[in-house]
Amino acid sequence: MIVISRLTNYLLLLGVVALVAVPLIFVKGEYKGSDDVGTEAITATKPGFEPWFRPIWKPPSAGIESLLFAVQAAFGAGVIGYVLGRIQGEAQRREAQKKPTPDNVAH
Amino acid sequence: MHIMEGFLPATHCIFWGAISAPFVVHGGMKLRRIMREQPQMRLILAAAGAFTFVLSALKMPSVTGSSSHPTGTGLGAILFGPPVMAMLGAIVLLFQALLLAHGGLTTLGANIFSMAIVGPSVSYGLWRLCRSLGFSIAVGVFLGAALGDLSTYVTTAVELAAAYPDEASGYVGAFLKFSGIYAVTQVPLAIAEGFLTVIVMNALSAKTHVLEELELVREQMS
Repeated sequence: MIVISRLTNYLLLLGVVALVAVPLIFVKGEYKGSDDVGTEAITATKPGFEPWFRPIWKPPSAGIESLLFAVQAAFGAGVIGYVLGRIQGEAQRREAQKKPTPDNVAH
Repeated sequence: MHIMEGFLPATHCIFWGAISAPFVVHGGMKLRRIMREQPQMRLILAAAGAFTFVLSALKMPSVTGSSSHPTGTGLGAILFGPPVMAMLGAIVLLFQALLLAHGGLTTLGANIFSMAIVGPSVSYGLWRLCRSLGFSIAVGVFLGAALGDLSTYVTTAVELAAAYPDEASGYVGAFLKFSGIYAVTQVPLAIAEGFLTVIVMNALSAKTHVLEELELVREQMS
């Protein structure tokens, strides 16, 4: 079942790109993570605040942290790509069985 | 929406942990039942889990000049219901707490509550509401995913305000302050998540009968 037209699909993709690009082009900022800004807001109101528990393990550098985030995203994207490929392939096979075309008629 | 390790008082950690735990256990049982009784849905289930994995790893710039990440929980919540996402979201958050030092073990309960319980519930509720009002699938998926995303960040602001009320303006003032940091930044990202969720939902259902099999649409189209 098709939810949106092909045109809408492309427009939505364009929309996502625009939502990411517009701030980068028009807003000057440090682009710190909002999680870090939130953490800073807590320490700003409470001078001398110390978290009572520390992470057991921390990525040794910001680069390594980015690597791990990239691995997380790549793994997820890989699984989605695999699933989409499988269900597309199955759908094609079903179609082919339903109406024989010159391609799959035995020679 | 990640509250960092050690940044919530111990009593709050226990409180949010105690609230979240039953949801995660229930979700785990629901997940096992779907895997056993509807094996043909395993692929779609994997895609829903993977979608959360991808989106929660993507830090995107926002108009406030800071960056944040979507949650990706709306897709799975609409497809399989909120309990399944309580479990899948908890797995993602545990992964990020242990390997990325993002979020934490002490704050896991609070983070699960915002990202894996409130967000998916809002997504699912809005999706059902939109469908019963006669809106199209695309509109229902968009509103569900986008506002579910936003509600996660509003919940984080509530959790932080409860722990750190402002000396002058109290809980309300603290909530507005944390909302300014989290929820406002999140608005364009929530819209992006809505768009992406519609695109992926369309891709998953375009050549299949997923929506019909999950009884998300009543009218059978063949």
